[in-house]
Amino acid sequence: MTAVAVTVNGRRYREEVEPRLLLSDFLRHVVGLTGTHVGCEHGVCGACTVLLEGVAVRACLMLAVQVDGAELTTVEGIARNGELNPLQAAFKECHALQCGFCTPGILMAATDLLSRDGAPTRTEIENMLSGHICRCTGYEPIVDAIEKAAGA
Amino acid sequence: MTTAVGQETWVGRPLQRLEDDALLKGLGRYMDDIEPVANVRHAAILRSAFAHARITRLDPSAALELPGVVGVLTGADVLELSRPFPVGVDGVRPYYAAATDVARYAGEPLAVVVARDRYIAEDALELIEVDYEPLDPVLDPEQGELVSDRSFSYGEPDAAFAEAALVVRERFTFPRWSCQPLETYGVVADWDEGSGVLTAWANFQGPFTLHSVAAGALGLPGSRLRLITPSDSGGSFGIKAAVYVYVVLIGLASRKLGVPVRWTEDRLEHLVGSAASTSRRTELEAAFAADGELLALRYDVLEDVGAYLRAPEPATTYRMHGSLTGAYRCRSVAARNRVVLTNRCPSGLNRGFGGPQLYFPLERTMEIGARRLGLDPAAVRRRNLIAADAFPYRTPSGGLYDSGDYEACLDDALELVRYDERREEQAAARAEGRLVGIGLACVVEPSISNMGYVTLAQTAEERAGTLPKSGNAEGATVAIGPLGGITIRIATTPQGQGHKTVCAQVVADVLGVQPDEVEVLTEVDTSTTAWTVASGNYSSRFSGVGTGAVYLAAQKIAAKLQAIRDHLGDESLSLRRAAGIAHWHPDALPEGMEAGLYETAYFAAPNLAPPDNDDRVASSAAHGFLVDVAVVEVERATGEVRVLDYVTVHDAGRLLNPLLAEGQVRGGFAHGIGAALFERVVYDDDGNLLTGTFMDYLCPTAPDIPRLRLGHRETPSPFTPLGAKGLGEGTTMSVPAAMANAVADALGVEDVELPLTPSRVWELLSR
Amino acid sequence: MKPCRFEYARPGSVDEVLDLLAEHGSEAKVLAGGQSLVPALNMRLARPTVLVDINDVFDLDNVAETDRALRVDALVRQADPRLRRIPLVAQALPFVGHFVTRNRGTLAGSIAHADAAAELPLALTVLGGHVVVASKNGRREIPADEFFVSHYTTELRPDELVVETVWPLPRPGESFAFEELAQRHGDFALCMCAVTAGADGLRVGLGSVVDRPTLVEVDPKHPGASAAEQVDPPGHLHASPQYLRHLVEVLVDRAVARARGAAA
Repeated sequence: MTAVAVTVNGRRYREEVEPRLLLSDFLRHVVGLTGTHVGCEHGVCGACTVLLEGVAVRACLMLAVQVDGAELTTVEGIARNGELNPLQAAFKECHALQCGFCTPGILMAATDLLSRDGAPTRTEIENMLSGHICRCTGYEPIVDAIEKAAGA
Repeated sequence: MTTAVGQETWVGRPLQRLEDDALLKGLGRYMDDIEPVANVRHAAILRSAFAHARITRLDPSAALELPGVVGVLTGADVLELSRPFPVGVDGVRPYYAAATDVARYAGEPLAVVVARDRYIAEDALELIEVDYEPLDPVLDPEQGELVSDRSFSYGEPDAAFAEAALVVRERFTFPRWSCQPLETYGVVADWDEGSGVLTAWANFQGPFTLHSVAAGALGLPGSRLRLITPSDSGGSFGIKAAVYVYVVLIGLASRKLGVPVRWTEDRLEHLVGSAASTSRRTELEAAFAADGELLALRYDVLEDVGAYLRAPEPATTYRMHGSLTGAYRCRSVAARNRVVLTNRCPSGLNRGFGGPQLYFPLERTMEIGARRLGLDPAAVRRRNLIAADAFPYRTPSGGLYDSGDYEACLDDALELVRYDERREEQAAARAEGRLVGIGLACVVEPSISNMGYVTLAQTAEERAGTLPKSGNAEGATVAIGPLGGITIRIATTPQGQGHKTVCAQVVADVLGVQPDEVEVLTEVDTSTTAWTVASGNYSSRFSGVGTGAVYLAAQKIAAKLQAIRDHLGDESLSLRRAAGIAHWHPDALPEGMEAGLYETAYFAAPNLAPPDNDDRVASSAAHGFLVDVAVVEVERATGEVRVLDYVTVHDAGRLLNPLLAEGQVRGGFAHGIGAALFERVVYDDDGNLLTGTFMDYLCPTAPDIPRLRLGHRETPSPFTPLGAKGLGEGTTMSVPAAMANAVADALGVEDVELPLTPSRVWELLSR
Repeated sequence: MKPCRFEYARPGSVDEVLDLLAEHGSEAKVLAGGQSLVPALNMRLARPTVLVDINDVFDLDNVAETDRALRVDALVRQADPRLRRIPLVAQALPFVGHFVTRNRGTLAGSIAHADAAAELPLALTVLGGHVVVASKNGRREIPADEFFVSHYTTELRPDELVVETVWPLPRPGESFAFEELAQRHGDFALCMCAVTAGADGLRVGLGSVVDRPTLVEVDPKHPGASAAEQVDPPGHLHASPQYLRHLVEVLVDRAVARARGAAA
């Protein structure tokens, strides 16, 4: 077992884990934050995307031991004082989620995108989204929502 | 009704969803997020490495030695502890939750390891020794074991073919594909030896008939299989109907090992071993008059359901039976339906369920017929559409189309796409050597299945000996608590469609409250929720019967509140006060009125009956209609298909929430584009799955989905309480056909195959 | 989909990494960005007994210009804006995985992984770059067209670490084009082609349709057709051999035309 000390959404966690434990499983089943979803565990679907030091990464493609000492943000950590942030609110307004399973990963990736580029084009948004699979919405409302949040 | 005259209703408004805040904050309660029972152990499933093999030895002893392993359930245990799953066709090979002696598809469960965690369970899988004696797999449906063969004839097809000016006879294959929701299957099973009750939490979309099927396999009365579906589900599109098989398998593991067991399917398992659509070969003959009138159709269908006939199959084959003539007033149709087994994963529900398989051959044939007759395909459609004054319209095979104005939808679609201009642009593009094509699809979208339709797999004589079936009913409960809190409980197992929001809209109208004052419980518990054998989320039944039951239950509550007001002579008595009296002060209630405010109602569509002796069946209660027009350009150099414009005009009766309705159309469209251009499940010649990861099974992503332009019409259904029809599957049925028609038009060829990959399209071009 | 058990090491220096690799040899696996390795771990296709995580190695994320080349350390991520100085890489990177995987995936990891359908090995080969590898026995610099042996196979020995990749910078008048066709954005390509056009003529490389990044000599008048004659791609699930060969012709012609156009 290996010690991991990590900050998630501003809260410190100290745990002992097996080296092979995936970060996605660590967040869900050790830390208990189940908003990060697991869709494929081979890095294609994007549902498990979280922010590592502010940068979007696939949690299923990292080991929990790798985030020792790091700061993470998950979907549970982006609302502002319990209220939807502008990106989340835009998803609601644009009906950019149905089952909501892919949504946390997309929100985290979009957060990273918007933090670097305040006004991405629709094509840039679509290209970013090519790393995320949504089977419900047909994507167009998601692109609308991210575009709307960028303009907000 | 307390809704004041002239006041805008909540139903019909594009209300934002009540579900969204929690989901956007990561606070959804999906199957793998809940820990419903203590001391759960974790399962991993050993799956067959061969498509067809005798299991001559399966030795788990080394696995049992691994620290952290609780035990192993083998096929032999499954044989001992359970029965074959019941199915609607007699004499088929028995189907158990795991292979008992012969594995019949790559990925079939052979054993279940239960361990302290999933990591250890997967370690233990590798320690189970299996000896296989490989057998020849059957992958060609023509060589498959025939399990059902029925022929039907309505009207006078032979006479119609004899007088036809043109007979089109082509062969079409609709490939196997798979919904692949982002959330995989999940089950927690807790066998209580003391009470003999199996409680199972699963992201199932039933209970549906499949609760009965699972109970039958477990040898339990239905009352002892308590199935609980969590409030949130990460999508299904049909595929999660087959979770019941794993409810049985994991239930047996819990029973044998005496611990609660959790199994969360991984993506590779979902691709290899959950379910997929059937693949269907159709030889379709169509008789046309010289003016384009469709005189008769003759289907010869070969349906590959995979290794076992798994309930509710062969429902795929019969779901569209009342719609064999599509949107057309053709009065003669014949069909031969053969259902065969091959060594592939068993088929199951998949968005569109039977619709894509029907409309691909039918709408391709309409296009081919028009082309061969030298007529415009839109004009040929118009020539044949059922007239607006013909509803309710009985199709030759027994379908009862409730309402519609098909020609108006066609007009809307052609206007929206600027059809005539598009044809001119196409001619100009062609003159420049560009490959531009236009394709249409006219699709009748059934919703609210009549579960009796699957009994068409039996002859009328065979049916006579069984309980007639016309099931489609849904139940719902509306309650008001002592402080006036309103709760709705439904059994529609939403998987993202927004049932909470729509139910709240419906009840808000009936009770005169705000939607956010209404709590909607979507968790289904077969021991405490009002449900029927038809309950669940399939055949786009929510907007018709799901809301119907909620509406009726709310009306019961409203009537009771009104009776209290009348009795007390106080019309201004608030809801909270009137409800309070029902709870706190029964003495003040009218004579004979029960205390409390807890009303359950069931709604069944009034227009469904079992198949008649001539094999006619109203296979669904409501029928929407849509017209799609695809305008594509094929890149000559690479065979890539680019969508220049895509238009769909939909009539799904009254729209309860236009925002959500549009979401359903868009989602169905994305699945349809997947089937048209990207997705298929492929096995190699040995029966190994080639599309076993998300790198090989190509779900389209954002850049792959073209822009969709929508139009709506609203012709209410006379058969549902709110006039609504389902609309979750129409575009999945229409898009593959419309896209194939457009590509065929662009290339000037007839034999296009799905999916229209660049390689295939280029090969058509370079012939 | 959970990895097998392994020992985990997180050395802080290259020397420590090399000690571990010397000790464990082919039993060890180096974890950099993990965007290819971790899926293989999760599927239990990769089963190392020791995982050597180099993400904490000190001073391994520099990008330095020397001798008209950009020397890129092993931990530089694919999303790193400094890489835009290499025009061919800047063109190829949008095709490499996705926004999120590029945040984590490294340039060197893609080179060491040597997927025949990966963009970066092709770019390195066409640019005539080098791979710098280190072991306890010292360093060696391997030209790209020798480094890649076949699909997932390189000249890298079990005790060696890729510490640096060397990317020649544009010479005056030189121009570049990268073309690929994949079924979905971000998928491994059905076919790809990279071209440099400069004073010494055309340099054309192919990927995906060959088992390693492959340079082809082309007839300047018929670059596509002459390139297509030199490959014999096997068909697969998504495309026939005839189609893939045809794509070579199309993409080479496009890339050459674009490179020439940029040069003009």
